[in-house]
Amino acid sequence: MSATIDKPRLSRTHALDLLRHMLRIRRFEEKCAELYTQEKIRGFLHLYDGEEAVAVGVIPVLEAHDRIVATYREHGHALVRGITMKAALAEMYGKQEGCSGGRGGSMHLFDRATNFCGGNAVVGGGLPLAIGLALADHMRKEKIVTACFFGDGAVAEGEFHESLNLAALWGLPVLFICENNLYAMGTALAVAQSETDLHAKAACYRLASEAVDGMDVIAVEAAARRAAQAVRETGKPYFLECRTYRFRAHSMFDAQLYRDKAEVEAWREKDPISRFRNWVAAAHMVHPDEIARIESEIAGEIAEAVAFAEAGTWEPVETLTRFTYAPKTV
Amino acid sequence: MQQDQARPAPQETTYREAVRAAIRDAMQRDERVFLMGEDVGRYGGCYAVSKGLLAEFGPKRIRDTPLSESGFTGAGIGAAMAGMRPIVEVMTVNFSLLALDQILNNAASIRSMSGNQFGVPLVIRMATGAGRQLAAQHSHSLEGWYAHIPGIKVLAPATLEDARGMLWTALEDPDPVLIFENIMLYNMSGPLAADAGPVDIDKAAIRRAGRDISLITYGGSLFKTLEAATQLAAEGVEAEVVDLRSLRPLDDETIVASVRKTRRAVVIDEGWRSGSLAAEICMRLVEQAFFDLDAPLARVCSEEVPIPYPSHLEQAAIPQATKIVAAAKRVLGREG
Repeated sequence: MSATIDKPRLSRTHALDLLRHMLRIRRFEEKCAELYTQEKIRGFLHLYDGEEAVAVGVIPVLEAHDRIVATYREHGHALVRGITMKAALAEMYGKQEGCSGGRGGSMHLFDRATNFCGGNAVVGGGLPLAIGLALADHMRKEKIVTACFFGDGAVAEGEFHESLNLAALWGLPVLFICENNLYAMGTALAVAQSETDLHAKAACYRLASEAVDGMDVIAVEAAARRAAQAVRETGKPYFLECRTYRFRAHSMFDAQLYRDKAEVEAWREKDPISRFRNWVAAAHMVHPDEIARIESEIAGEIAEAVAFAEAGTWEPVETLTRFTYAPKTV
Repeated sequence: MQQDQARPAPQETTYREAVRAAIRDAMQRDERVFLMGEDVGRYGGCYAVSKGLLAEFGPKRIRDTPLSESGFTGAGIGAAMAGMRPIVEVMTVNFSLLALDQILNNAASIRSMSGNQFGVPLVIRMATGAGRQLAAQHSHSLEGWYAHIPGIKVLAPATLEDARGMLWTALEDPDPVLIFENIMLYNMSGPLAADAGPVDIDKAAIRRAGRDISLITYGGSLFKTLEAATQLAAEGVEAEVVDLRSLRPLDDETIVASVRKTRRAVVIDEGWRSGSLAAEICMRLVEQAFFDLDAPLARVCSEEVPIPYPSHLEQAAIPQATKIVAAAKRVLGREG
C-alpha cells in the first residue's frame, strides 16, 4: 500500500473499520445482484464492485453536517454514510420503509438525516445541485463541505464545466470526487475524451486538483482528508480524481461487448478489498479470525435487511400523487 | 369609503417597475432571498427589470452569473434545498431549454423522488413571447410545455398587480414556481396602488364580465383579448374575459363556471396550436362542461412556424384581436 506515508499511524481499529466498510458494500451488492435475478429488485441496478475504496476512503473523513451528492451507482456511498442496509434494501425493493419511501429505488437513495442529497441518475445533473448547496453554505458563512461524486462520463457534460467554473469563480466549498472507472457505460474514456487526464481539466478552472489510486483505500483516504481539510479551511473547491475500475457490468442489462475479459481480470488483481486485506494480514494488524467475524456480522446484517425488505409494505395506490407537491399545512 | 381615502394615491407604474418592486420587497422581507442570473447585476437585467438592485443589495444577493443556464438554475435548486429562497432569472424561455434537465429532472422531481425529505422552494423568472422582432430563438411561448410538468407551478402575471404581487407568494411556496413575463408587457404602464402587495397564485380572474361568450387567456394575450372584447361589445356581444394567471395548476372551477354561464368559449394562447395549453383547457371543458356548451369550442393560437423576423410575419404568427373577434363570431354563429 502506497500512502501510509501520508497517514503513518494507521491504527488496527481504523484498518478494521476500512475493511468492514468495503466488505459491507461488496457483500451487500452481491446480495443485491442475487435479489435482482430473483426479480425482488427491478429497474436498473448499478453495482459499485471494484470501486469501494473511493466511497470508503472519502465519506468517513466528512463531518455529520457536510453534504453528499451522489450518482445512480450510490449504494456504497449510502451505506458508508450511515443509511442502514435495511432502509437501502427496502428502497431497492420499492417498499415504503425504504430510505426514499420506496419512490426512488436503487438510483435515488436519499436521506435527510445524514445530508445525503440523493443518487442523481442524469449524468452530470448532480454537479449544479452541489454548487447550489455549497452556495447556500457560503452565503451563510457556514463551514460545511459538499462532496459531489460523479463518474468520468460526467466530465463530457456541459454541466461539469459550468459547475467547476462556478465553484472556482465564486469560491464555493465543494469537494469534487471524480470516480474515473474508465467507462461511461460502454464508452471508454479514450473514445470520449481528447484529454484523458481528467484531473488536469480542473486546472483550467483554477481548481486545486490531484489524482489518486482509487483502488487503494489508504491513498484515497489520505487524499480525501487533505482535500476536505483544504475545502473547509479555504472555503474553496477541490478536485479529486480517483482512478478506479468497475468489475461488473454497467448495469444488469450490460453484455460488456466493449471490453476484454483480460482487461477486467487484470484490474481484478488490483481489487481494493483483497489488496487491503492481504496488506493488513501481512502487517499482522488483523487476525484472520477477526475478518471471519466481520464477514459473519455482515452476513447477519444482510439477512436482517432482506427480512426487513421482504416484510416491508407497498405504498397504497391511494397515495400515488402525494409529495408531487408539499403536503398542505393545516 | 373612508378606508380608501386613507390609502396612498396610486402611482403610475410600468410592469417592469412592478416586477422590480416585487424583487426589492422580497429581498427586504427575507434575507434568504437572492437574485441570480445572466446580467441581472451590472447590466441591470436583459429587460432592465433588476436595474439599480445591485447598488442597493450588493453582488452577493444580486448575483451575475456566467452563461451557464443549467449550472446556475441547478445552483438555485441546490441552494433552495439547503434553505435559501433563490430567484433565478433566465433571460428568455428559449434559453431555459438549456436548463430543462435541472428544472424537470431535479426541481420538479426531488420532492417525490426523495419521499418528501427534500423540497425545492425556488422561483424561476423568465421572459416569454414574441413581438419585438427577435426572431425564432428569442420569441417563443413555451410556458405551456412547463405547465405539462407535475411538481412545479407555472404563473403568468398579466397585470401590474400580479407582476407586483405574485413573486412573494411564489417565494413562500414550498415548491418550485416558474413565472413567465411576456416581453410585450414590460413597458405597459398604469396606476398601481402604492401599497400593492402579495396576491394569490392559484385562482383565475375575471377581467371583464360578460354573458355571451368566455374568452380564456393569459399573459401577453390578455390585453389583445380585452381589446377584442371591446370590439365585440360594439357589436352587441358581451364577452367574459378569463385571465388564467396560474397555468399549473389550472383553476378549473373559475374556467368552468364562466363557460357554464356563457355556454361558449374561445381559448387564446400564444403557444403553438398542436399540443397546446389551449388544447388542455378545451379538453377540460369537454370533460367538465360538455352538456353546457351551445357551440363547438375554438382556439386562437400561434401559427405552427418558428417565429419569423419581419414584423408583418411575426404579427401574423401570433394571436391578434382581429383573430379573436373572428373566432368569437364563428362560435356565436355571427359570421359575415
